[in-house]
Amino acid sequence: MKRLFPILSILTAIFLAYALYQALVVAPTDALQGDVYRIIYYHVPSAWTAFLLFFINFIASVEYLVNAKPSSRTAAKWIVIAIGVVGVIATFLPQVQALLPTGMRPSAVATTVLAIPAFYFLVGWLFPGEKLDVLAVTSAEVGVVFCTIVLVTGPIWARPVWGIWWAPGDIRLTSTLVLWLIYVSYLALRRFSSSAQTQMMAAALAVFGALDVPLVYFSIWFFRTQHPQPVIGGGGSMDPRMLHTLLISWMAFLCFAFLVAWSRFRLELLQREVEQAHAMESLAGAGASAKASLPLNRSA
Amino acid sequence: MKNAGFLFAAYIATWLIHGSYLVSLVRRFGRVRQQFKELGKGK
Repeated sequence: MKRLFPILSILTAIFLAYALYQALVVAPTDALQGDVYRIIYYHVPSAWTAFLLFFINFIASVEYLVNAKPSSRTAAKWIVIAIGVVGVIATFLPQVQALLPTGMRPSAVATTVLAIPAFYFLVGWLFPGEKLDVLAVTSAEVGVVFCTIVLVTGPIWARPVWGIWWAPGDIRLTSTLVLWLIYVSYLALRRFSSSAQTQMMAAALAVFGALDVPLVYFSIWFFRTQHPQPVIGGGGSMDPRMLHTLLISWMAFLCFAFLVAWSRFRLELLQREVEQAHAMESLAGAGASAKASLPLNRSA
Repeated sequence: MKNAGFLFAAYIATWLIHGSYLVSLVRRFGRVRQQFKELGKGK
């Protein structure tokens, strides 16, 4: 796997360069906003990548919490399967479809619901034991980086289009800022807490923090906001070349996020190895000094 | 290009953030490797 990393890095760099070319040259200019709209090719993929990373953090945190007890692990498995089955069936019921916002496709909701059990079992299989916690901290940190980009590029786009940097009270903007703050506090908790329960507390915080992700995503569907309404899957229309560029950009950012998260994951494993070695060393040191202080030579 | 300054500012800001994070990762990797070396010497 380590040998694959440089090759994947080069391929990702080429992909990102291609995505940039598509965004700046190939994609047509927007009739209303002009060229400044091209910020969406960085803003939107960064937001989607951040959501995906926070979702992975949520799944890893839930699994870490439920793995503490074997009985809760079994119960959680069945609950997750039930969520998948009931959720998919429910999205095709007319009563539930009536509750969905205009333009939201039931198939898209069903796919999202199915992602919960799929990710749950995939993450549990690929990252057993302590690796779940390593995955949680990795996805949160890289997610915060992408969320920071969303919060920086958004106002840069808003200034020429809205005439203001930030719309105070706008639910999409405020909930995104709150999401960022929640995950920054999650990382601060992990960084500065020295309690033996830090991992458990962080996992619990992550589970509640993840509840903000659907609020951020659906805020523009359910509330009137200054933020543009959803175009993809929201009943709006987009030039096929723009959509194509947007999806290429997202794929390129996903590859980049994967490589960064992979590096961060390896770093976390190495850091934990060093910490364990230090702990063993101090234990050995404490044992040796305790032995030396014992009155072993009883004949003396 | 109209408002090109804002467009390029957003793109540059994105890569500055990613770049800073990558630099911090490289530094942390360096620190951990150093700690590994020190542990090796200690033994």
